[in-house]
This record gives sequence, C-alpha cells and structure tokens, in this order.
Amino acid sequence: MKSAASGGGDKAIEKQVAMGKMTARERIIALLDEDSFQEYDLFVEHAAKDFNMDKKYLAGDGVITGTGTINGYAICIYAQDFTVAGGSLGYMHARKIVKIMDHALKLKVPLIGINDSGGARIQEGVNSLAGYGEIFYRNTLASGVIPQISVILGPCAGGAVYSPALTDYVFVVDKISKMFITGPEVIKSVLGEEISMEDLGGAKVHAATTGNAHFYAESEQECFTQIKTLFSYIPWNNKQKAKGYPVKQPKSRTYRVGSIMPSDAKEPYDVRDIIKALSDNSEFFEIQGMFAQNITIGFARINGETVGVVANQPLYLAGVLDVDSSDKAARFIRYCDAFNIPLLTLVDLPGYLPGIDQEHAGVIRHGAKLLYAYSEATVPKITVILRKAYGGGYIAMCSNHLRADFVFAWPTAEIAVMGPEGAANIIFRKEIKEAADPDKVRAEKVEEYKQKFANPYVAAAYGYIDAVIEPKETRKFIVHSLEISKNKDIQNPYKKHGIPPF
Amino acid sequence: MAEKVKREYEELHIGDATYNTILTDKYKNRKPYSHPKNGEIFSFIPGTIEDIFIKEGQKVEKGEVLLILEAMKMKNRIVAPISGKVLEIRVKKGDLVPNKHLIVVIK
Repeated sequence: MKSAASGGGDKAIEKQVAMGKMTARERIIALLDEDSFQEYDLFVEHAAKDFNMDKKYLAGDGVITGTGTINGYAICIYAQDFTVAGGSLGYMHARKIVKIMDHALKLKVPLIGINDSGGARIQEGVNSLAGYGEIFYRNTLASGVIPQISVILGPCAGGAVYSPALTDYVFVVDKISKMFITGPEVIKSVLGEEISMEDLGGAKVHAATTGNAHFYAESEQECFTQIKTLFSYIPWNNKQKAKGYPVKQPKSRTYRVGSIMPSDAKEPYDVRDIIKALSDNSEFFEIQGMFAQNITIGFARINGETVGVVANQPLYLAGVLDVDSSDKAARFIRYCDAFNIPLLTLVDLPGYLPGIDQEHAGVIRHGAKLLYAYSEATVPKITVILRKAYGGGYIAMCSNHLRADFVFAWPTAEIAVMGPEGAANIIFRKEIKEAADPDKVRAEKVEEYKQKFANPYVAAAYGYIDAVIEPKETRKFIVHSLEISKNKDIQNPYKKHGIPPF
Repeated sequence: MAEKVKREYEELHIGDATYNTILTDKYKNRKPYSHPKNGEIFSFIPGTIEDIFIKEGQKVEKGEVLLILEAMKMKNRIVAPISGKVLEIRVKKGDLVPNKHLIVVIK
C-alpha cells in the first residue's frame, strides 16, 4: 500500500519539487475539499511486456484517479504523476483515465484532468496511441454534457495536448505548463529553427498569443483558487442551472455606472468597470483575459444568478471584432448555451478590424462564428448597447435580429450603418466635391448625419431596440429581464447539428 | 469612480474616424503585405536542395519539375508556376535553405 501511494519514490519526488512543481497527490489534496478524495485503481499495474518493462513496477501506472468534492460539488478527477516513468501514458494508465471519464459521464459530474506527462510511453508503442484515442473520444462525447477542465501542470506534448484542447477550460501556470505538438528538439532537427520550450509553448504564449489557455496563474495554489472560483459559477451538468447565491449590490462607491463612459466618443474606457458596476458585489471572473483583448468575456452574478458576459472592450483596438475575438466570444457563447447560463452582451464597437492580414486570415469565416453562436443560443439573451454599434458589428453583437430577448440602449448609443464620418463622405460625396470649401461642407454634413442617425432613436422607431434607458437604470432592467426569462423555452428547428463555419 | 489607471493611448483609424485606444502586440507585429511576383519561387519549408534539373537561360513549361527540395523525409518537387525562361537559380545542389528563401526566378 505504501509503495503504491508513494509514486515514483523519494528521488523522483525530490526532482519534481526541485522543478517547482507539486506532486500529483499533493495537487489533488490541495484542490479538493478536505478528506473528500476517494482513490480508485491504486493497484493497477502496467501491462507492457517488451523492453524489460515486465521487471519494472510503476506505482498506479503513473496516474492517480478518483472522485471527491470541490466546495461541496462532486467531481471526478485524474492527475498524472510525473514521478512515475515521467507520467508517460501506457495502456493501463489510459484505462484508468478512461474509466474515471466514463464515471463522470455516467454520473453527470464535472471532470478535472491534471496533465503532467512526458507523453506516450514509447515502450508500449501503439497501445499508448490507442489510449490517447479513447480519451479524446470521451472528451468529445462529454463535451457540453459535463464541465471538463484541464489543468496543465507540466509538459503536455505531442498527441496528448489534444485532450486539453477538447475540454472546456484550460488552466496554465507560469513556467510550469508547456504545451506543443512538436517540441523544440524536433523543430530544430527537422527545420533548423531554434526556440526555447517556454517561448514555443509556455504558459504566457498560450494565455496571450494562441488562445489555447483560458486561465493563467503565477503559482499552482493560485491556479487551484481559480478552479474553485470557476466552479462557483457553473452548473455541474447540462441539465442543471448554476447555483444561485444571495443577492449583493455592486460596489456603487467605486463603480458608478454613469460616470465610467467618457463624453468624447473617440476616447476609450475599460468595459470591465461597467460590468463591475452592474454585477453582484462588483465581481467579474474574466476568461482569456490576455488573449484577443478587444473583447471581454467572463462570468458574473446578477441578482444572485450566474450570467455569461460578452462585451466589446474599447480599451484595446477600439473594441473592434477580428479573427481572434470572434473565436473567443463564439466559443464562450456556445458554452453558456450548453450549460443554461443566460447571456449579457454589452455593445460598443466601431465595426470589424480592417487589414489585409485580417482578410487573408479569414475574418469572414471567423466572424461568421459569432453570428452563428448567438443565433443558435436558446438561453435568455440580454443586450445593452452602450455607445457605437455600426454595421455588421451591430448585427453580430446579439442584436434583436439574432433573437436577443431584450435589447436596451443608452442615450449615448449610436446605431448606424457606419460612423458619421464615413457615411457623410459617401452620401454627400457629390456635394462635398463640388463645394467651394470641401472641408467645411464635409464637417457640416458629418454633423448633420450625426444629429440625424448617430443615436438609438432611429432603431427604436422600428422596434429594434426595446427601450432607451439611463445608465443608472441598467441593473434594474437586467434584473427584471433575468427574472421574467427564467422559464424561457424555445426550440430550434430539428437537426442532428448545424454546420458552423468551424 | 472606477480605478484610475494612467494609460498611453495610440490612434486607430476605422471607417474614416480616429479612435484613441491601446494597440495589441499582435496587431503591431502583423506581417506587412508584399505583393507576390508570379515568377519568384520561394521554398515553403527549410530543407536541402537535392537535385536541380534546369539551367539558367533554359525555357520551362508551367508544371515542369524544376528541382527537388528534401524536407520532412520527403523529396518535395518544386514546380514551375508559369511558363517562361529561367532568369536566376539562387542555389546549388547540396545547399541548406531556410523557409521562404528565394530559390528560382522565372520570367
């Protein structure tokens, strides 16, 4: 019993600690509620026979699996043990993981995977690949049924890295997480390009550049705190609603919603301040905060109920939509739709980011994902148009036409086909050209267009906006909308599934 | 008031209007567009020039195999994208070339 529970032995454990990492068992104890962990398959032994493997004993075959609770929520968990054969995945190692995944899917409880592995166990050959394949299949089947999160607390390379990519949320820790398909050594030998492991697939790279990671922490303890916070916002399977909490008012002394937006429409502000001015206790749990910063996504509670917030962020790139931000928002919308979380959308964008690199990267295809996600979502959808909402951006950000349930606009909202400058240049092109003083006429026409169209009342006249509201009334309207949409029930046309522009 | 943070803003032009905002690193580091010239042939992967089948001044047809670039354990064929005359061959047999390296110019 003792040798099975002591992992790879003292020497291997020392090495793990020297790398600044906790051992697999320590991680489980730190993450789960006290005394709640029940281990399964402690005595599973590996099945390899070649390469003298039958003489080696690998404790638990390099992975610890079991069930437990986090904040009272039942969960299933597996943690790969780097001290045992480098945490490499063999046939029985995979069998253990697959067993706990089947449990999670059957029992309808969340699944947490702590990845810390050197990859496939080469001695076991294709059995390792078979193991990975079985894991990926179950990740896919469980996607949208139970929350699945991956915590990358070590290397996760080659084929193994597809399991986190298939799960809902990926947590990375600075200097500890490493994710890549082909590592620096292979890249150097085949292509002659040099790069360090940290620069290729370290935590910061995935949190900020690739968008593969959703939460970034500086230490493992911070990571565990983030996981517990996430679980306070989400339900434990797709048939439940997230736990409700007692209502708390936003911290109005720090976040007065009316005073955050600058009076000059070209000046930016941090939309997270507005979110915190509306949310319970001014709390906002941001997701992918370092990636595609021109859009902000995350969870907040309003009136005690979890809402998924999608908001344009004028602080970065004027809040435009582009390839990365469309991807980021679309996936989050689908997550909220899968797990019965209402959506709150805050709109302030001048349109899509122009540029040859954007066009060639497929902003058309990626932007369409956002429209698809909003249209398909059947959870309550509440939209508040804060300032600019021009052209395609107005449509894409959960407009009335994509079946938003409630669309409110602030008096500062400008809902138009395009900004006054661009529109005046086109509509009054002849007049401006033929004028004696073109710049003066242009300025006059821009002002004329602004007065006539850069406001929410034109859209309101057609019923595309449900109400024009004062900023200080916003929370009241959102609370009321959430209350009356508690039993919302609509069905999309029957289909096996749509074909979103993947 | 919300937290007052001092920030440096830059300008972004969208739809004839100029906005003050923070430009992300990804945006600032984006690759500038360079118009491709039809007759310039670049390597698509780092590798070794294994065999060259053409000479400078020779006439080639579109689709003709010009040289073999060995990479990823495959003998990749570099093929003429247009018909014309070979102006320059920038490599010789045995050369190690990096990615996006100009190897042949056809006119």
